[in-house]
Amino acid sequence: MLKNILQYLENTAARMPDKLAFSDGERTLTHGELLQISRRVGSYLSAKAYRREPVMLLLDRSPEAVAATLGVIYSGCYYVVLDTDMPLARMGQIMDTMKARVLVCDEKNTKKANELAEKGLFSGEILSWEEAKACSEDSAALEDIRSRQIDTDPIYVVFTSGSTGIPKGVAACHRSVIDYTEALCEVLPFSEDTVFANQTPLYFDAPLKEIMPTLKYGATVYLVPKKLFMFPVKLCEFLNAHRINTVCWVVSALTMISALGALEKTPPRYLTTICFGSEVFPRPQYDLWRAAYPDAAFFNLYGPTEATGMSCYWPVRDLLPDEPIPVGYPFNNTRILLLTDDGKEAADGEVGEIHMQGTCVTLGYYANPEKTAEAFVQNPLNPYYPELIYRTGDLGRYNERGELVFISRRDAQIKHMGHRIELGEIEAAAASVEGVGQCCCVYDNPGKRIALYYVGDAHPKDMQKALREKLPRYMLPAICEVLTAMPRTPNGKLDRKGLRERAEQEE
Amino acid sequence: MNEIIDILTELHDDVDFTTETGLVENGILNSLDIVAIISEIDDRFDVQIPAEEILPENFDSAEALWALVQRLDEA
Repeated sequence: MLKNILQYLENTAARMPDKLAFSDGERTLTHGELLQISRRVGSYLSAKAYRREPVMLLLDRSPEAVAATLGVIYSGCYYVVLDTDMPLARMGQIMDTMKARVLVCDEKNTKKANELAEKGLFSGEILSWEEAKACSEDSAALEDIRSRQIDTDPIYVVFTSGSTGIPKGVAACHRSVIDYTEALCEVLPFSEDTVFANQTPLYFDAPLKEIMPTLKYGATVYLVPKKLFMFPVKLCEFLNAHRINTVCWVVSALTMISALGALEKTPPRYLTTICFGSEVFPRPQYDLWRAAYPDAAFFNLYGPTEATGMSCYWPVRDLLPDEPIPVGYPFNNTRILLLTDDGKEAADGEVGEIHMQGTCVTLGYYANPEKTAEAFVQNPLNPYYPELIYRTGDLGRYNERGELVFISRRDAQIKHMGHRIELGEIEAAAASVEGVGQCCCVYDNPGKRIALYYVGDAHPKDMQKALREKLPRYMLPAICEVLTAMPRTPNGKLDRKGLRERAEQEE
Repeated sequence: MNEIIDILTELHDDVDFTTETGLVENGILNSLDIVAIISEIDDRFDVQIPAEEILPENFDSAEALWALVQRLDEA
């Protein structure tokens, strides 16, 4: 019975122990080594009597950091990976939520761990990674732990930014991650020959889509050094040197390559599968990629952390010039409910809030029953027995083909001059204008003005003109400005709040 | 040179770009900054930075960026 994600690792390591599993270009781990280190770390934590509780990880992004996460699961605990570059204050907020008794850090991050302790942000035990991975394996202890584990035990807690400024920790269990892995692998063409280039840090759930298929099939993941994402030619050279055939990246990482001319100069030569997501793909850049890889399989992936990684996929097809890129269909064993404000199913073509139902729905926000109760709710269509669904806060609708299309965040819906307007619709129209990169539309509520901010070459006058051709008059922005770069929150997300404040201050 | 410093200061107003020589090395710039700098240099100097010149050594300081712009402008 498949009830524990470590079974993927164990099956694969038995089948192909010497195959490369993880590499950052310098340091490597085979599947066999990954299993060995994970079991040692599990034994070490178990010997220290940590069980079914959070273990904080403060490690550089490396193959060993992946082993650390698996080692924590071997011990019967669940991991929380900390961003080593995160400001101490934010780390403190996470510590405050987790109240963990133990933290594992590598030598390089010892100073930071001690600093956390000195500042009173962490009061538990600090363990050395170097010591943990050198511990001898205690098979009997690991077997005992396994026999007691069930598939609803948590594996990890991943932190997302909360609208209140306090990060929320999403806890997910074995069963959800197994469900996600199996469904993902049904749709995407992964196999033991897949060579991934991982872009997202380990403190998100995003790398699960590389790590889990790799454990399942015995594939290989290269952790791309973060700095390479600043230098497109170097990035492409890395992809070619390691014969990367699969990328699952955020849109901005792909557009970095295409917008700066590297697709022509040093095209990645081995790519056969290209997945993108998390942001709207500007059409001109999307078209460049499609033209460069006519034979590759492209997928748009969409999903909230609260529903374990990705929930929807869209295999690309030809789009009309102005057509937004759909998020497509739910993965197998996931159901999408599109609900209107009165808790009814949206009619055909009607906009509704996207809700997720199924094994993918995570356990909730760690130590936060209030926020959990707001977002993980009883299915309003079912008054008969308990059935939790997750409300994403995203608005969507189905197109004529029955594909789900993301419209905007729910909080991006405004009422302006009596009209209900999705700011996302204005953004989508602006993004389709030539020479426009990212756009953000906000509403200056006190001044009752729509403001559009964007990056790109298009002059605001041309932008206004183009929008007049695409949008009804009441949706035209009163403020239209070009920015050198979009402001970001500490999490790297678009800083909508900052832009709204800016709009409110404009003359 | 001053205009380069203006561009950089608009992105990070807490850094002294006249003296900082490790913009990449010290993790001051991120990938979005690089894209923004390239687009600003195009706008202000009408200089297009080709992909093969987008290298750490050309972006590590205001001086290096200025040297790059001058070199590309002459070519």
